[in-house]
This record gives sequence, structure tokens and C-alpha cells, in this order.
Amino acid sequence: MIENLLGHLDTLLLLLCAVGALAGAALMLVLRQPMRVAIALITTMLFLAAIYGLLGVHFVAAFQVLIYVGAVMVFMVYVIMLLEVRETGAARYSKLLVPGVAGFVVLLGTIVISVWSPLPVPTVAIGRTAYGIAGFSLAFLGEYWFLFELTSVLLVAAVVAALAVIRVGRETRHG
Amino acid sequence: MDRTQLLIGVAVALFSLGLVGVIVRRNVLVMLMCMELMLNGVNLSLVTFAQQTATTVGAVLVFLVFVVATVEIALAIPIVLLLVRAKRTLDLGAYDDLKG
Repeated sequence: MIENLLGHLDTLLLLLCAVGALAGAALMLVLRQPMRVAIALITTMLFLAAIYGLLGVHFVAAFQVLIYVGAVMVFMVYVIMLLEVRETGAARYSKLLVPGVAGFVVLLGTIVISVWSPLPVPTVAIGRTAYGIAGFSLAFLGEYWFLFELTSVLLVAAVVAALAVIRVGRETRHG
Repeated sequence: MDRTQLLIGVAVALFSLGLVGVIVRRNVLVMLMCMELMLNGVNLSLVTFAQQTATTVGAVLVFLVFVVATVEIALAIPIVLLLVRAKRTLDLGAYDDLKG
């Protein structure tokens, strides 16, 4: 029995991580304070990184932790602490709560039913990845080099736009 | 249910939960975080399909989504800071005048 369990250990871990990720995402809708929502989102992201690790795409898992948790969410938590705006009396949900939840159920049902129909047989078993960081890097900088260059242009544009937004804020304050 | 269906189901659930969060929550920062959740759902589906087809294109798209998410946060946070500085609240109802 233990050997059987060990044989299915990765599937069990995958299931546990999926449940953890979904629980964190559901908590994000319920919790009131932005800091707690941020911690729930970080939990979801860490569970997703574990799923990527279990699937064998370790470099995506590493970047999930480094970029999402390490950069984006730390930035978000920093801003929450910086603002320190307490929303004690404000309503938690907007007027669109009922249509939003109804739309969620319809969307989830439709897509899950469409996914339930048999998918094409995978060329390689899921979790037995056919490429590592080397294959990915070769494809990224060889075949998809133009997209790589476009992302650098996008990043420069974002830096310029962020500076412009800050300048607008300064001008509004000073006059 | 095989692994692909499980993972795509989780990805769809994450995306839908993020979408509901953007629609029903009133806090601007929470809405931003729900948008991040939607991007995470998309990433999971891309990785799953890349695994299923054994190609690198899904992983390349995941990296592009990482960049887009970073750019989105880098631009959205200064805008939120300016809005909060003007109105002293994170509640979306206070920004009604943005409707024009």
C-alpha cells in the first residue's frame, strides 16, 4: 500500500498544491484588509510555483518566486504599508456582487464543461518535460528574439510613463 | 480526469476568481491584486499546454506575461498613489468623477 501511495505521491502533491492555490484565491475575495489579501495572493503564487516545480518546469517556478513574489508582491506590500489608509466603514463589495457571482458560476461551468471533453493525447506525459532551461533559452533568443526585443521596448516605455505620472503628481501638488 | 484537465480546471478557476474580484471588490489595491491572480491563471494554462504539446512557445509566453505583469504594476501603483493622495481613500466609489 505504501509503495502504491509513493507511486502516486506526485499526483497527490499536485492535488494538494491545487487546493492550496484555490483556497488562497478564494480568501482574496473574502478578506477585508488589503495586507491580508496580499498575503493570500502570495500564498497562491507560492503554491503555483510548487505546481510548476512538480510539472518539471523549474525555471518558470524560480521566476514565479523571484519576479512575482520577490518583486511584484513586495512592491505591493510596500505600497500598502506606505498608504496606511484604514477602510473601516466602507462597504467590502460593490453593487455588482450578485451579477458578478452569477457570471463567475456561468463562466466557470462553461469552461470546465468544455475542458471536460477528452483532450488530445499529450506528446509527452505531463510532468515529464521535454525541455529545460537550455532548450527554452535557445528558442527564446533564437526563434522569438523579436518578442524579446519588444519586451525591452515595453519596459522602457513603462519607466518613461511612470516618471511622467510622478511628474504630473508633483505639478498638481505645487500649483 | 487526467492531469491536464485538473490543471486547466485550476487555471480557469483562478482566472474566474480574479475576474469576480475585479468586479465585486471596491478597494483599488485589492482589484489590482485580483488582476494579478487572473494573470497567474493564464500562466498556469500556458505552462500546461506547453507541457501537453512539448513545445517551448508556452514558456516563452509565460515570460512575456511576467513582463506585462511587472509593467502593469509599475504603472498602476503610481496612479493609485496619486488617486489616494487626492481623495484620501482606496474606495472605488470616491473616484466617480473619473467617469467624465
